[in-house]
Amino acid sequence: MSSDPKLERIAKGNALALCATGTWTASFAPVLERMVADAEKLAGSPQSIFIDVSEVAKLDTFGAWLIERLRRSLTQGAVEAQIAGLSANYSSLVDEVRRVRASPVTDSGTITITGMLEQIGRTVAGLAGTVAGLVDMLGAVLAAGFRTLIHPRSFRLTSTVHHMEQVCWRAVPIVVLITFLIGCIIAQQGIFHFRRFGADIFVVDMLGVLVLREIGVLLVAIMVAGRSGSAYTAELGSMKMREEIDALRTMGFDPIEVLVLPRMLALVLALPILAFLGAMAALYGGGLVAWLYGGVDPEAFLLRLRDAISIDHFIVGIVKAPVMAAVIGIVACVEGLAVQGSAESLGQHTTASVVKGIFFVIVMDGVFAVFFASIGM
Amino acid sequence: MAREAQSEIQDPIIRVRDITVQFGATRVLDGLNLDVKRGEILGFVGPSGAGKSVLTRTIIGLVPKVAGSIEVFGVDLDSSSTSQRRNVERRWGVLFQQGALFSSLTVRQNIQFPMREYLRVSQRLMNEITMAKLTMVGLKPEVAERFPSELSGGMIKRVALARALSLDPDLVFLDEPTSGLDPIGAGDFDELVRTLQRTLGLTVFMVTHDLDSLYTACDRIAVLGNGKIIAAGSIADMQASQHPWLRQYFHGKRARAVMG
Repeated sequence: MSSDPKLERIAKGNALALCATGTWTASFAPVLERMVADAEKLAGSPQSIFIDVSEVAKLDTFGAWLIERLRRSLTQGAVEAQIAGLSANYSSLVDEVRRVRASPVTDSGTITITGMLEQIGRTVAGLAGTVAGLVDMLGAVLAAGFRTLIHPRSFRLTSTVHHMEQVCWRAVPIVVLITFLIGCIIAQQGIFHFRRFGADIFVVDMLGVLVLREIGVLLVAIMVAGRSGSAYTAELGSMKMREEIDALRTMGFDPIEVLVLPRMLALVLALPILAFLGAMAALYGGGLVAWLYGGVDPEAFLLRLRDAISIDHFIVGIVKAPVMAAVIGIVACVEGLAVQGSAESLGQHTTASVVKGIFFVIVMDGVFAVFFASIGM
Repeated sequence: MAREAQSEIQDPIIRVRDITVQFGATRVLDGLNLDVKRGEILGFVGPSGAGKSVLTRTIIGLVPKVAGSIEVFGVDLDSSSTSQRRNVERRWGVLFQQGALFSSLTVRQNIQFPMREYLRVSQRLMNEITMAKLTMVGLKPEVAERFPSELSGGMIKRVALARALSLDPDLVFLDEPTSGLDPIGAGDFDELVRTLQRTLGLTVFMVTHDLDSLYTACDRIAVLGNGKIIAAGSIADMQASQHPWLRQYFHGKRARAVMG
């Protein structure tokens, strides 16, 4: 059916005549484009220019456009190139293509040094914006919280309970499993290295302090940032994309109150619970390894643990949890509400939510360490 | 060659035989038969939830069928090889109900996406063809650098149509192309489909609810009900039909308003 396209010059006195034959369709586009580029170079000053298309077997938009491109570039000054022998089938297509204004497309893909510098500048300036956005959201959430305190009926209990289930209850297995394993690993490493000094029993001190003060809450917070922070961002982001948040606003609801507050509250309640469960699982794992691998029997382990740690260690750990939860929640919600219309933007903000969430959790942990050290806890 | 062309004209471009589609226990399509002829605009109507979109998606291959066969361009889609299937897919374009534009690509990149994948064409030609397609669907060249989220509903439909047409397909599926458009916009769209069908020699399979579209754009109408085609023919045949749903549809208040 299809035959190779050709474009031939026919001598016709002082007229320039080009005869197009074969199939002028998209599949032959590279060949066609080369032929047309060659034909465009045919100079001279003919009296008239014809492009004969009567032998063209098949024509589509690509072919029609290339013929039109040829016609335009051959047209110089007063001599206009004509298309001849157009069959009725294709005349409307050629007419359609003739209406196209070929405006040069500006390609914005070039990378310049000034462009890169500009990018760096914008990123740095954006950092201040990030912090401002977080503070803004913190204020909005607190304001919404106070409003609900004044009008308790506007509190969304169902939503909060739903999010508690998602964030807390459903997270228990994975949190317990991972902290249990980390507890085992800490105990094993401790025993392995302390044994050389004959200080096996001090592994209990290390485990207790480390798990209760730091590892328990930090590990759980990082897991929650990855698990629930990303979910919050994706949920809010896709709602933003589909104008659901705008819909809420037009109905007179405050999205912060309806969407953000229940999520924040769920997270702030969930993280201490998860951190507590995580710490217990890690102590249990550590105790198990100390018994089976280090030969410290459970009774000795508990006795030593009681001496090694005080309630202060536990308080130091657990106090951090709600603060970290608030940081994760605020970052996640800010990122979620910043999502623009595209799928790519949703991905970027979800990534940013997790990365920033974990970063701020660790920063907060450092701040707390300094604080507790200075008050002597 | 002449005989081949003759037979191509007579052979339906889509031949659907005894299609059955089931979701769980509900049978959506039940032994459905349908032919779409080359070069026609087929309007496909039926009550909401009758399975119009399901049939479209089954033909395109997005919904699995329990029984039956589908031939598009004379290729049986079940027994075809991957390359044959690619070939068929390259020759059809689909306009989804919501446009389904790639949200992270600009309008220009959206339209060029199929070209980039299937053709080896220079960037310059792709840019020019994109402009041609945008002009054809009645959009200004400035739209090219916008993202789908910056477009109005009608513009999204037009860009989606331009993308569906980007490889110069022989067949396009339009799933409710005029839904969500204002009556003038919808009228323009019908006109556009008609013009493009004439210009590019398209075959159009159009699922629609829009009576105006049926009157102004379609050559033939097929009606879906109870998982089967209950009627197919010209608009006059539809009006003459005694089927209760058809009577209500074509003689209701809205239909009378359209007919004037």
